[in-house]
Amino acid sequence: MKIKSLLLGAIATAALAPAAFAERGSDGEVSIIYWQAPSILNPFLTGGTKDTEAASLILEPLARYNSSGELVPWLASEVPTVANGGVSEDLTTITWKLAPGLKWSDGSEVTSVDVKFTYDYCTHPEGGCAQLSRFDGVASVDTPDDLTVVVTFNGPTPSPYGPFVGVESPILQKAQFESCMGAKAPECTDANFGPIGTGPFVVEEFKPNDVITYVANDYYRDPAKPAFGRVLFKGGGDAAAAGRAVMETGEFDYAWNLQLAPDVIAQMEQGGKGAAVAGFGPLLERIMLNNTNPDPALGPDERSVVRPHPFLSDPAVYKAMSMAIDRPLLVEIGYGKAGKVSCSWVPAPEVYAISPEGCDVQDIAGANKLLDDAGIVDTDGDGIREKDGVPLSMLYQTSTNAVRQDFQALIKQWWSEIGIETELRNVNGSVFFGGDPGSPDTFQKFYADVEMYANTFAGTDPQAYFGKGVCEQAPSPANQWQGENISRFCDEEFDALHLELTKTIEFEKRVEIGQQLNTMVFEKGGMIPLVHRGRLSGVSNTLGGVDLNVWDSELWNVADWYRIK
Amino acid sequence: MLTFTIRRLILAVPTLLFISLAIFLLLEFAPGDPMAQVPLTVPAEVKEKMRLALGLGEPMHIRFWKWLVQFFWIEPQVLIDYMFGTSLTEGKLRVISWQTRSPVMDIVAQRLPQTLSVVGTAYIVAILIAIPIGIYSAYKQYSWFDQLGTFVSMVGFSVPPFFSGVLVIVIFSVQLGWFPSIYDTTHKVTDWESFLYQLKQMIMPVMVLALQITAQLSRFMRASMLDNLNQDYVRTARAKGLGEYVVVMVHVLRNSMIPVVTVIALGIPSIFGGAIITEQVFKVNGIGQLLIGAIQANDLPMVQTLTFIFAVLIVLFNLIADVLYGILDPRIRYD
Amino acid sequence: MTELSPPAPVVAPRSQWLDVWDQFKSHRGALMGGILFVSILALVLVGPFVYWNDAKFVPTGRDFLRLRDMRPIYTILWDSGAKMDWAYPLGTDNLGRDTLARLMFGGRVSIAVGMTAMVLALVLGTLVGVTAGYFKKLDGLLMRLTDLFLALPLLPMILVAAVLFRESLAQAIGPEGGVFVLIVCLIGITSWMPTARIVRGDVLAIKEREFVLAARSVGTTNTKMVIRHILPNVLSPIMVSATLGIATAIIAESSLSFLGFGFPPDFPTWGRLLNDSVDRMILYPERVIFPGLLISLTVLSVNYLGDGLRDALDPRIRGR
Repeated sequence: MKIKSLLLGAIATAALAPAAFAERGSDGEVSIIYWQAPSILNPFLTGGTKDTEAASLILEPLARYNSSGELVPWLASEVPTVANGGVSEDLTTITWKLAPGLKWSDGSEVTSVDVKFTYDYCTHPEGGCAQLSRFDGVASVDTPDDLTVVVTFNGPTPSPYGPFVGVESPILQKAQFESCMGAKAPECTDANFGPIGTGPFVVEEFKPNDVITYVANDYYRDPAKPAFGRVLFKGGGDAAAAGRAVMETGEFDYAWNLQLAPDVIAQMEQGGKGAAVAGFGPLLERIMLNNTNPDPALGPDERSVVRPHPFLSDPAVYKAMSMAIDRPLLVEIGYGKAGKVSCSWVPAPEVYAISPEGCDVQDIAGANKLLDDAGIVDTDGDGIREKDGVPLSMLYQTSTNAVRQDFQALIKQWWSEIGIETELRNVNGSVFFGGDPGSPDTFQKFYADVEMYANTFAGTDPQAYFGKGVCEQAPSPANQWQGENISRFCDEEFDALHLELTKTIEFEKRVEIGQQLNTMVFEKGGMIPLVHRGRLSGVSNTLGGVDLNVWDSELWNVADWYRIK
Repeated sequence: MLTFTIRRLILAVPTLLFISLAIFLLLEFAPGDPMAQVPLTVPAEVKEKMRLALGLGEPMHIRFWKWLVQFFWIEPQVLIDYMFGTSLTEGKLRVISWQTRSPVMDIVAQRLPQTLSVVGTAYIVAILIAIPIGIYSAYKQYSWFDQLGTFVSMVGFSVPPFFSGVLVIVIFSVQLGWFPSIYDTTHKVTDWESFLYQLKQMIMPVMVLALQITAQLSRFMRASMLDNLNQDYVRTARAKGLGEYVVVMVHVLRNSMIPVVTVIALGIPSIFGGAIITEQVFKVNGIGQLLIGAIQANDLPMVQTLTFIFAVLIVLFNLIADVLYGILDPRIRYD
Repeated sequence: MTELSPPAPVVAPRSQWLDVWDQFKSHRGALMGGILFVSILALVLVGPFVYWNDAKFVPTGRDFLRLRDMRPIYTILWDSGAKMDWAYPLGTDNLGRDTLARLMFGGRVSIAVGMTAMVLALVLGTLVGVTAGYFKKLDGLLMRLTDLFLALPLLPMILVAAVLFRESLAQAIGPEGGVFVLIVCLIGITSWMPTARIVRGDVLAIKEREFVLAARSVGTTNTKMVIRHILPNVLSPIMVSATLGIATAIIAESSLSFLGFGFPPDFPTWGRLLNDSVDRMILYPERVIFPGLLISLTVLSVNYLGDGLRDALDPRIRGR
């Protein structure tokens, strides 16, 4: 790992040679537009991507993932591994060494005390820290000396890179946040709006939900960086406007997450001021199959909770539904170069991915035959098949989003050709993804037969993500509908295998189990995977050094950005 | 009239308290969750803890009481502190937004200039254009001017700003490159040059908004003028030998102003409320954008505060309209 | 003031409403507005039966790529290479659905929602406005109610209503009927307030005029007074509210659907067609122009009808 990271560092420096000659701040201002505006710059008080990424210009972790998903040291001098002795043989402790000579943007020294403080800050019981799960299983954080941090876990942890790694878990300055612990967090507006960090920029002015201006950090570790002296970070509007501002009018240099249809992107690129770049993480657009019965006639304690679904649990039905879908066409219509055909719940990192046969071809005839053979036929001549007298008629819901509504219309048509009737519904995203137990329209409640959305996970280890398939995670009134097993998929074999994964240390074995879990969910009717989605961002032709990173903050290497002259 | 005004002002207090309770209950019962915008990668237990940290664990009546105290007792003190440099509110908890964890009123104060300058200008422009158009259209009913005015205002009103806004951006920013498509809220006017830039970035949102308001106002103005132009008193005034200008601009206009005053009084609170869609299209990020963002993020303290300020303005301008009725038409009496 | 007819007419009396109709017929604007409105109605009501393409049909397989993103036939005038087909006069959308069929189908919903919601808002607004303006005792209460409704934030109100009523309505009248009733009620209930305020303002002034005093002195009852003397005199602001109300309702429907409280996503309406096509405005201008034009034409035609009706009901003009 050490040699690898060293090599990577060397490559990175070589690639960015033109910028390295530049002086700090010599390239003037870079302007970035996020169509969701940042509300706060303390990533521990918000889970929003917009906020953590805006904060990533200022606050940095000990190590982070680079654009190819590999862990690289950031504030630490190297990534601890078992091989270099940084991780103990029994996998219960990890020892981080801070790079020497690091300074906060107010000129003071960065020490291991700050790292420990970050842990205390986030795990404070009244704090409501959004990144608490990063510290799952941590027993203690110790600081034997100014540059050493030892994290001790409760038990063997095969992947100890949760705490202090990645955009969601950066280091805060103790001196600044000391009086902001727990319930006092909201009283520290100045700190939350202008954290002192180690990153290339510091906040000059922050207008919440609107705009941030940054200036270069005088104490940044590389004296030649950042090439830009100022950053204008504008928020608000919609993806189309952001894309237009970068690619058509050239007012902005970088636009985040352009969720737009490929023909719209292509038309914008013709503006000639910029281009869209794509990167692929584990984000998967899928159709979840409800394994429980969502009949409105059932009471609130039974609807989508206990009873098996009248027809969706039949393998012939969900396999036929999957066969009837033309995935390459979906990719072409909805995502273009930001999408790939996939039938794998975890499509990335690639080792975990599976590619079942027939995933990339539509087979309406085959699907019809499958249903006929299973005895699910149209008995009353209305064009809709029945299983045991129950017509295959479904409610298909998703969040409001132009691409998703196009997918709904297409899939409805395909399913109608195999004798399945579909009623479509779209729900506003803030209601659909909100977890309000009082609303009937949340994706957790799943008062529909199938629903479509996308999900992903942070980092490169899918263990916790696979955990969303175990029985006890199913949402129900008992847990305030807060479970994460949305499809209510319940299979003893899966649960046992997942338990095994949590105990397995060896990487190859973990991959093998991961693939099995992946296959199981696909074959046993947990979901119908549709598209492996990438992140698409717009970059101006005059902006150099952008290396789109989907495993960490998109702005992870903003220090290396420069103006192409 | 004075006693009427005072009585109404006193009556406004319980009205507003009731409105604030209604808003609060509405927001409570509306489905929605402040955790909606937290990514799905954050586990449910963590979200639950975050909700508790926002104070959602407390019963409803306590939260309402807290808001009342914060808004009516602590916030005015903050204002006093700010104006006179005192420190009455040291350590007291103000109305805190759930999104930003900072005082709501600070953000409102930050947003007001954008909204007032863009939406306010649009209103003034619209009033200045609409009233003459309305008067002349009515005076020359069914002339080509009237027909054109009808056509333009009807089309202008029927085309929603989410379309007309993008249309002017495509024409004037993308194709012609005259104006910026994204409003720069950090821009400060210091000299002639920067003032020109400010004008340039305001022109499109003001244009789109003013079109809508002009359409509405000019229709009411025209209709009301038409009603009065045929009244007997107009004939009398003409018969007395008064000039046409005096007849129309003094006698008829004054009597035709009541619906127009109502529409303007309804509109002024919405200057404060901002124009949600127009602000979003042009990224003006004023109060309207703040409100819609807060609603989508289920930031209840923010929504509650903004809507309540809005309610105060509505009640106030309704009162002002009533007083103006009395001035325009002395026959109207309230006592 | 319409009470000035001579007590013993020599000729057989013409009915007042016949006069109104005569005036209305000869009003050029009203005539044009009427023709326009009837033709739009005919287009959306009869059109789908005559026209050969189905609004909801999505082509599949090889047809899909052939039929999607078709341009209107007139494009051939300046671009001979354009992708077009005589069977699809106004082209198709990005999923190969026929644009003309969607416009006609969508018009039914938009016009139905626009008209019903507008009528509901007008009836509510006029009722509240006249009552508040005429009966001093109710004024305070009703105006505070108007203030309350003006102050309530729209979006949370819609969310609450959807949670409370959507499923029960859908069960009672079927999914599409339920949505229709819900949308119409929501738009109606959230847009009557300006009308109420404007009507009240006018009524306050009118009830102090001499003819009201005259009518009262001959013992006219309150109901009669409102219907015969007050209402006809506040008709013009009501008419303006009506025309503006239709446009607002058609657009409001699209934003409700966008939020997920309206019709299912594959159910086209004018507002929705316009909304969905804004991103592709440059590539396919026809997709925004036609729905925008149809909304504007509908509103214009109603405006001219309203003008004609107002003139016809005004006895001072009618005589001329």
